[in-house]
This record gives sequence, C-alpha cells and structure tokens, in this order.
Amino acid sequence: MANIRELISKERIYVPKKHYSVLKLVLFSVFSVAFGAFFAYAFNKVNFSIPNLIKGLPNIPQIFSAMFKPDFNIMISKVLPELLITICTALVGTFFAALFAIPLSFAAASNLVSKKVARGISFLFNLGRSIDVLIYALIFVVAVGLGPFAGMLALAIHSIGMLGKLYAGSIEEIDKGQVEALVAAGASKLEVIRWAVIPQIIPSFINFTLYRFELNVRVGVVIGLVGGGGIGALLIQYMANFDYSKVGTILITILVIVMLIEFTSTRLRKQII
Amino acid sequence: MVRTESLTKIYDDGTVGIKDLSVDVTPGKLTSVIGPSGAGKSTFLRCINRLINPTSGKVFLGDIEITALNQKELVKARRRIGFIFQQFNLVERLTVLENVLAGRIGYHSLARTMFGSYPKEEVEMVTAIIDEVGLLDKIHTRVDNLSGGQQQRVGIARAVAQEPDVILADEPLASLDPKLSHQILGLLKQFNEKYKITVLLNIHDLEFAKIYSDYVLGLKKGEKVFWGPLSELSKEKVEFIYK
Ligand SMILES: Nc1ncnc2c1ncn2[C@@H]1O[C@H](COP(=O)(O)OP(=O)(O)O)[C@@H](O)[C@H]1O
Ligand SMILES: [Mg+2]
Repeated sequence: MANIRELISKERIYVPKKHYSVLKLVLFSVFSVAFGAFFAYAFNKVNFSIPNLIKGLPNIPQIFSAMFKPDFNIMISKVLPELLITICTALVGTFFAALFAIPLSFAAASNLVSKKVARGISFLFNLGRSIDVLIYALIFVVAVGLGPFAGMLALAIHSIGMLGKLYAGSIEEIDKGQVEALVAAGASKLEVIRWAVIPQIIPSFINFTLYRFELNVRVGVVIGLVGGGGIGALLIQYMANFDYSKVGTILITILVIVMLIEFTSTRLRKQII
Repeated sequence: MVRTESLTKIYDDGTVGIKDLSVDVTPGKLTSVIGPSGAGKSTFLRCINRLINPTSGKVFLGDIEITALNQKELVKARRRIGFIFQQFNLVERLTVLENVLAGRIGYHSLARTMFGSYPKEEVEMVTAIIDEVGLLDKIHTRVDNLSGGQQQRVGIARAVAQEPDVILADEPLASLDPKLSHQILGLLKQFNEKYKITVLLNIHDLEFAKIYSDYVLGLKKGEKVFWGPLSELSKEKVEFIYK
C-alpha cells in the first residue's frame, strides 16, 4: 500500500477559505424565521392536539365494528346497482377518453409529426392532466346536473391527458426498422401507419386503456362524493346519517369488486403481451 | 438497370458515406458490394431507393432518374425496388402472408390497402412466392414465431412480391449461421436467374460473394476501388480493398 501521507507534497498547500455571501446569509435567515412562524401557525390551524387524539382513539374500534356488521339487505337492493352505475361511468368515460386520445396521440408522437406539433399536443395533454378530476367533476355537475353523466364526462376529460401521453410514448418506442421496410416497399404515410405502426402499438394501447379503466373505477367512487353519481353518492348519503354499518357494507363491496376488476384486467393485460 | 453518377453522401456530422460513386450495374445479374465495415456499402444501397437522400449525384433506375423525383413519385418508384434488411425488419405481430402482401401495398388504392383486401390473383401470386421460399406451411404463422432463417426468407418473399426490377440486399446474412447463409443466398440467386431480377448484395464475407456473384463492386472509404466481373477480382485487388 502506497503511503500517501508521507509521499504527498504538502509544502505549497493551504486550505482555501470558504466564502460566505452576506446577502445569502440574510435572505436565508429571513426565510427560516418566516417559515418557522408559518409552520407554527399551521399546527395551530389544524387544531393539533394530542389529548384529543387520545380521547378519540377508542372510537375507532367502535366505528370498525359497526362497519364490519355489514347490512346485507341494502347490498342487493342498493349497493350493487349503484356500484354498477359507477363501473358503467368508468367504462363509458374511459371509452370516450380513448376515442379522443388515440388520434391525438398520433399527433403527439415526435417520430410521426414535427417536433413542434408533438410538443404542442403533449403540452395540452399535460395541461389536461394537471387539473384535478374533482374540479372537472364540479364543472360538469354545474353544467349538466348531478349524476353519472357529469361523472362520466369528468373521467373522460381527465383521462385523455394521461392516455394520450402513454399512447404517444408507445408510438415513439416502435421499431423503426419495420417502418423503414414498408417505406422501402413504396407504402404511403397512412399505409405505413396502418401496417407498421398500428400492429406494434395495439398491445400497449389495450394495456394502457385497461389500466386507466381500473383507475377510473376507483376515481369514479370518489367523484360520486362530489355529485358524479353512482356508489359515491350513496356513500356520502350514509356518511351524513352516521350510518356506519351501511357505510361498511359499501366499503367492503367496493373493495371486493375493485380487486376483482383489477385481477381480471391484470390477467387480461398479461395475455395480450 | 441501376446506374449512378458521381453519387455522394456526406452525413450531417461531416462523415463521408460514399464519394463520387459512378457505376452502371449490369442488368439481370447479381452484383456483390464488398468492402470493410464503414466502406459505405449500406450508404450506397440506401441512396439508391433514397431511404437516405444523397448529398449530390444522380441515381437512375432504367429511364427514371430517382434523384429527381418528388416525394409522391418516389413512393411510386420504390415499388420496383425491393429491399432486404440485415435485421429482417418484418412486422413482427403480423403473419407471413400479411408481411409478404405488404410488398403489394404500393400497387393499390388506400381503400384496399387499409383493409388488406387484395385481389384474389395477387393473393395467389404471393402464396406461390411463399411456397418458393419454402414457407407455405407457415403462411398464417405470426413471423415472431419463426426462426431467423425463416424470417429472412419472408424478407426475400416480401421483396420479390413487389415484382421488382432490382433487389437491394443489405448484409442479409449478418444474423445467420453459414448453413442458413447458403440457403438465403441460394434463394436470392434463384430469383435473380429465374425472374431476371437485378440484385445488389452488400456482403462483407468475401467467400460467400465469390460463390454467388456475377459482378463485384469494391468500396473503400466511400470510393469505388473495383468494378467488374468476379473473374477479374484478383488476389491483389482484394488485398487492396480490405487493407
Ligand atoms: N447516420 C449516420 N451519420 C453519420 N455517419 C454515418 C451514418 N451512417 C453511416 N455513417 C458513416 O458513414 C460511413 C459508411 O458507413 P456504412 O455505409 O454504414 O458502411 P458499411 O455499410 O460499408 O459498413 C461510416 O464511416 C459510418 O460511420
Ligand atoms: Mg452496412
């Protein structure tokens, strides 16, 4: 082992001083104090209280035991029909999202159109995604009234961005060689898309659409809470009445059905690839 | 059939692909394009059907000046030029028949090609070609289920289905072992002789070139250093090309 300590020359070495900028130091202190104050204010605002938490804890088992005494009378008469509405909302919403996202995604794929156009459409996708689904739901509830139609529209609009981005990504990942072969054989642009691009992207398109449908079933429940119809609407109704056993029935049913849908869809997606 | 005049390709980064390449390929014959890796063999073939656009110079296919065509005319002209790729470039999720029918796309209206509905007699012609490459029993098999050698035979069938005047084959053996290589070159030679299709074959392995070629084009650093019948390719010339 080389003895660096002895061999290295230290004669002309001095350790350079670290420089502090006064301005930065001042700004940092001001920021720290301001943030600290706001942090304290935030604790105050949420009524943070350990005693309250301790007092409240024993209630939780009570709620759970109520929930786990599900009311099966309403299962068939109310919960399943409303859940079916939520699933239908997700299905139709995903359908319309795909309907618009598919053509748009071709215009967002940088290997098919100019970089400028692709970036423009991608920007729209991101814009659409960045607005929360609850905001869309509120907008459509105002526009078309309470119920699954508003929920479906919210899901559709909200899903376009994500689906479009995923679709465009898979178009950009295709094997260029297959495209080149069709070009070399004298195929036009549309023919190249039909016979070299589409065969390559179908599996991932189906995969992403199924995945978004799963997601939309879950989001659809939440959308119901703000007026989008389906099981969410029923849930909030029972919550308002403190009817925990009925709430429990709904939650358990949702859990089982959503798991069932995810299981089936995952199986299906594995089959396709 | 294929003639080039001072064909030059300089890539955007300044690399010289081919330089001042003039050659009048003998029609109906199989010409091997030889030379070390980087000599410009692929660049040459890709400039002929303008998969890449040459920087300057001209390409003729018969009477047509390929380099003077606009995009629409080029798409039409490409029907008569088959291309066979090193990596096969088959559409993997489609069947053998669908892949070979892709060679017919250029001849039909969008209304037909979008749905893949070709005239019966063309489907029969294509089926006969698939039979000639020995894949009749695999006609409805998806090509990603085929072996490398079988896939390249589909590649050949697709090119032949175009009823081409010329087939450009860019290192069609590179992914195959020697036995399969002989099969593939045998097929190319067979189609060349039977249907008088001019073949331009990029090949780095000289031993194979010697067996199957009529003519040889030797490239070195993008320039033509040999052109003539195989019989004139002396040992010294080979050494010069590869040194
Ligand atoms: N897309 C490209 N951009 C820049 N240089 C390239 C490109 N393609 C090929 N070249 C260069 O052009 C020269 C000829 O390449 P190529 O035609 O592929 O030779 P070969 O097929 O004989 O191996 C090489 O120096 C190669 O690096
Ligand atoms: Mg090459």
